[in-house]
Amino acid sequence: MDDALFMHRLHFAFTVTFHYLFPQLTMGLAALIVVLKTLYLRTDKPLYNRAARFWAKVFGINFVMGVVTGIPMEFQFGTNWAQFSRVTGGVIGQPLVMEGVFSFFLESAFLGLFLYGERKLSRIGHWWAAFAVFAGSWLSGFFIIVTNAWMQYPVAFQRMPDGAFHVTSFWGLLFNPWALIQYAHNMCGALITGAFVMAAVGAYYLLDNKFVEEGRVFLRVAVVAGVIACAVQIFPTGDLHGRMMAAHQPATVAAMEGLFKTEAGAPIVILGQPDAESERIDNPLAANKVLSFLIYGATTARVKGLNEFPKTDWPTNIPLLFYGYHIMAGLGTIFVAVMAGAAFLLWRGKLFGARWMLWILLLCLPFPYIANTAGWMTAEAGRQPWLVYGLMRTGEGYSKNVHAGNGLFTLLGFMGLYTLLAILFLFLVRRVIERGPVDEAGAEAGSGMPVTLA
Amino acid sequence: MLTTWFLLVAVMIAAYVVFDGFDLGIGVLHLFLARTEEERRLLIRTIGPVWDGNEVWLLAGGGTLYFAFPLLYASGFSGFYLPLMIVLWLLILRGIGVELRMHLDSPVWRGLFGGAFGISSLLLTVFFGAALGNVIRGVPLQRDGYFFLPLWTDWNVGPQPGILDWYTVIAGVVAVVALALHGANYAALKTSGELNVRARRAAAFLWPVLALVTLVSLAATLAIRPDLLDNYRRMPALFAIPALVAASLFTMRSMGRSGNERGAFLSSCAYLVLMLVGAAAAVYPNLLLSTTDPALNITIYNAHSGEHALAVGLIWWSFGMAIAVGYFVFVYRMFKGKISTGNGGHGY
Repeated sequence: MDDALFMHRLHFAFTVTFHYLFPQLTMGLAALIVVLKTLYLRTDKPLYNRAARFWAKVFGINFVMGVVTGIPMEFQFGTNWAQFSRVTGGVIGQPLVMEGVFSFFLESAFLGLFLYGERKLSRIGHWWAAFAVFAGSWLSGFFIIVTNAWMQYPVAFQRMPDGAFHVTSFWGLLFNPWALIQYAHNMCGALITGAFVMAAVGAYYLLDNKFVEEGRVFLRVAVVAGVIACAVQIFPTGDLHGRMMAAHQPATVAAMEGLFKTEAGAPIVILGQPDAESERIDNPLAANKVLSFLIYGATTARVKGLNEFPKTDWPTNIPLLFYGYHIMAGLGTIFVAVMAGAAFLLWRGKLFGARWMLWILLLCLPFPYIANTAGWMTAEAGRQPWLVYGLMRTGEGYSKNVHAGNGLFTLLGFMGLYTLLAILFLFLVRRVIERGPVDEAGAEAGSGMPVTLA
Repeated sequence: MLTTWFLLVAVMIAAYVVFDGFDLGIGVLHLFLARTEEERRLLIRTIGPVWDGNEVWLLAGGGTLYFAFPLLYASGFSGFYLPLMIVLWLLILRGIGVELRMHLDSPVWRGLFGGAFGISSLLLTVFFGAALGNVIRGVPLQRDGYFFLPLWTDWNVGPQPGILDWYTVIAGVVAVVALALHGANYAALKTSGELNVRARRAAAFLWPVLALVTLVSLAATLAIRPDLLDNYRRMPALFAIPALVAASLFTMRSMGRSGNERGAFLSSCAYLVLMLVGAAAAVYPNLLLSTTDPALNITIYNAHSGEHALAVGLIWWSFGMAIAVGYFVFVYRMFKGKISTGNGGHGY
């Protein structure tokens, strides 16, 4: 493989993978914080507001990390993927500016008010500040998904003689059917991360026998939101996403499933190691006919294998794609089981005493991050060898004027800087969790008397 | 239509320079102006709730460039690869410096993050100035529309220059002085007492320096790029711009002397905007000049994206900007007046 191409791919993969660890929690928590603030408004119990304030602190640290690691993403389209930007700017430049104009201004304006302005605002006013931050972050996610969806399933464009893509329909681009399904699936993923993080902290407090009252609120909200999000993640969003891929990216689906040869009544491989060279799965653990059923609803349906496609159109890293997909789907299934179990115990009023379940919730903490990352790896490795699916190859898009040495130089710089950010993040969030949901004397939240907006 | 988008990009860049300009200026100045932790904290509070929103202008401006003139975005961003990456690292350090500084009540922690905030602000200012210098000087564009500049070559302004040469270093110095002065004017507006006195003294000290480096940069620009006067000769009314730059400088001084803090700050905003307008008027309709052959210049005519995108873009862009301006008015209103000690500092 071309050295420079590999370096530019690794550069983007590394920076975007690290970046997305933060927005998934930002978006998930933002929604859950709105739930807590709503509960506070409706019940008038300070407990809910204390819980909201605690999560706002975590949110604040997480948000900063998302912002500072997000800026490089927009720049890297131009720095590392210049040719891609040059020909597609007229299309995907649009959602990228819209993100800045419609969501970043909104988020940045209300974040300060939400985090520190509680005393300046009425209770309703502060609820609106939380809602604005939530809306901004979810809108931001939408524009990014629109961008990615166009690369997966290009619509509403016209190819010019010089190779440039020109957009032909504003709404067509914005409401790309692929984007709508991908967005639903992705946002469920963010909610799952938010729910598991909140549940893990709640479980930790209960197991450690501190901040028990708040811990119970965290668990209740997180488990209810989590069980819904986990279920919707698989059906209908995951199911629809899979069918959509089977229809438009059949080679990707074949590689994801490790299906090298076309089969009627294709099995689903649950575990195994794909060997792309000899075109087989080692040590397969398979369930017969399930794949055909999942995609076409009939156990005898024919599913296209990789042999139907020229090798030049095969995804470039089949094992990575296979594992990415299997880790995502496997964890997603486990999440449903965990959250359903927790929700059942909650319903029976036994969750808070079921230490084994609390332990499971605590230990689940890292897995939604892994599942979301693996899901994105599936989407992006699955799009290969295309940058714009079926139209522009990845090798045509990178900055030919930036050699591999320059790419490695800046990649190492980002690795160093991001290691530092990761340490800072863990250190600061751990501090917030150890201190717990208490109102510090003299803090913004100190007075119980809301002051109306001056 | 293309000229409109040229103007819109220019407006967004100018908004970035004016708004984030005082954040950067405060970053540089807080290393020198503040003598105690309390004072450093006060200075950072003057930008605490607004710096993030100010920085969005950079993202929105960069995005608009990407959307409206993809060739310029592709060529410029890849050609300035190394300095842009350094700018990204500095933006990260600036962001965590200002945001995480107050998280621990420890002199070491605050010294570390305050220092990161100050030094990254200083270096960002130098790089932004040098970037503008590069655009005005031109770059060795190739036939395919791309180029790649090393950080430096022999520091001379030739057909194969580096990012940094004597000319762009001058531009960097102008930027540092201009934004430090902008920050001093902003600090004077937002603080009171001893700190306010010191901010005004800093502004008074920096003013003659800025007047001097502005003149030097003007002379240097005309020396290396005499053709930049072509637009001005064709349309002599444009000479009003340098006259207004001078007027804004003098107003800034007289306002500063008479203690009109708001007037001095607004003159400082006007100075920055007019300097950028002057540069934009000189390069139009070019977006990036070639040092080797004017035929290779990137212009609004060869760099723009599709007609439909630009036409529809005008609608949603105006709509979005109107909302964004609304947020800005709202936030700055919530935050108006002098900063005080005690609570209500937005956590900074």
